[in-house]
Amino acid sequence: MFSGLENWFLNLPEGPQFLLLTLVKIGIMLGVINGAVSYFGVLLERKGSAYIQDRVGPNRVGVWGLAQPIADGLKLILKEDYTPAHVKRALFLLAPALAMIPAFMTFAVIPFTSRFFIGGEPFGAVIADLDVGVLFTFGIVSLAVYGIVIAGYASNSKYPFLGGIRSSAQMISYELSMGLAVIPLFMSVEGLNFSEIVINQAGWHPILKVLPNWAMFQSPMLFLSFVIFLVASFAETNRLPFDMPEAETELVAGYHTEYSSLKFGMFFLGEYAAMLAVSALIATLFMGGWSLPFFGLDELASNGFVALIQFGIFFGKIVFFMFLFVWVRWTLPRFRYDQLMNIGWKGFLPLALANVFITAIWMWLRA
Amino acid sequence: MSNVIKVNRNELSWWEKTYFPSIFQGMAVTLKHMVSPSITMQYPEVKWAVPEGYRGAPYLVKDQEDRTKCVSCQLCEFVCPPKAIRITPPGPEAQEGVGNVEKRPEDFEINMLRCIFCGFCQEVCPEEAIFLQKDYSLTGQSREEMIYDLPKLLELGGVHNDTIMKWKKKQQDADKQGLH
Repeated sequence: MFSGLENWFLNLPEGPQFLLLTLVKIGIMLGVINGAVSYFGVLLERKGSAYIQDRVGPNRVGVWGLAQPIADGLKLILKEDYTPAHVKRALFLLAPALAMIPAFMTFAVIPFTSRFFIGGEPFGAVIADLDVGVLFTFGIVSLAVYGIVIAGYASNSKYPFLGGIRSSAQMISYELSMGLAVIPLFMSVEGLNFSEIVINQAGWHPILKVLPNWAMFQSPMLFLSFVIFLVASFAETNRLPFDMPEAETELVAGYHTEYSSLKFGMFFLGEYAAMLAVSALIATLFMGGWSLPFFGLDELASNGFVALIQFGIFFGKIVFFMFLFVWVRWTLPRFRYDQLMNIGWKGFLPLALANVFITAIWMWLRA
Repeated sequence: MSNVIKVNRNELSWWEKTYFPSIFQGMAVTLKHMVSPSITMQYPEVKWAVPEGYRGAPYLVKDQEDRTKCVSCQLCEFVCPPKAIRITPPGPEAQEGVGNVEKRPEDFEINMLRCIFCGFCQEVCPEEAIFLQKDYSLTGQSREEMIYDLPKLLELGGVHNDTIMKWKKKQQDADKQGLH
């Protein structure tokens, strides 16, 4: 039925083919992964928190509360979009977009399956297969702080301002540890391309045969990297125990206190998209991305069916980390601000730095 | 002094100082709660058993011979702290069926929006005519609807078994003497 369409596509000149392909990939990435996981992320958050607190959670909208995120979204849309008179208008309107876009842009470089197939022809399953993918990611992720800082500044009131200040200090501090934590990984992979990083994690562990050869198990240094990266990603996404910028018990709602309706919705979506982005990053960098060491799922897909399974694996890993975010949120209390800074600057930063040097020495000794 | 318990505060090891053991303990606790069954009662579908002696909404009762026990003494009206009760006593004319033996109220209204379920009316009633019963969830579409009148109160109140039947005897006496 689609063969005519496929032939038409495969016979297109280079330029339009690339454009169409990119649009398809963006559709898959934004529509399927972001849409589905954000949807279930919101549901997971509400259901997860309910179960942890021995409650039932949303169960009225749809079967088992499955339609609850739709109701939540509709509620947000139908609320009055109120802009207080005292805000700096241009920046106030800009901030929600700035908070959301970087999180989505991160997905441009993450491979969601090894290859996908149109008419039997394989295509790379990443929107932009950059050789400097990781640098790009960190460049984009660091932009996320502007959304929050600008929101805090433009709101022109006390609590958002404090939230904005806190977040700028927090996100910049933890970005350093986060960036330094991945350096040992690149030293061992010798590349910054995400697709290569995934392929580098194929198969079983060479020494501990029961473990997959994921980066986090490859050496103690990489495991330390994984831990630092994981903790820093909690701080980067402003999730508990690092939710200083929001800290509802101290700052009302932090940087988005003055926002309502869809503008608030964009912050909300941005937060979940950021969670997704770091989940996808951790899964790709340290947990083998789309690969699993059984049944040849760690090799490049040979047909569409295998590609689909690999896509499911990647999806599953993202969901696992989303669940971890929820689980940690309802377990750990919030840090005090000075504790947060202490851990960041006196704990993780030296540790990550030392980790880089130890990895370097180890590689030098082995060479 | 013998029951003093000395608590040893051990120095934390470096592993404990990283907080990882506590974090994992905490995560284990939350995970345990996550898999344990929810303790929420699905309220409108499932309702809790109202215990004996519960102070719910006050309703008027009848005795087993369908006689309204209330005699409009208005003690409950006076004692009611939020002034939720309003009684209209009968006039001097003889009432149908009971004559002038007892003073069955013309109307008896309880405003359930004002009622605080304190139970003073039940306590003060000399005729055991009003009881706090087991209803705790009273709803209505308007304020007027929440003012319960005599027929409604009697219907909701049901029958209270009276062993003495004072008014029955009084009426029999009155009938004998032709005072009715």
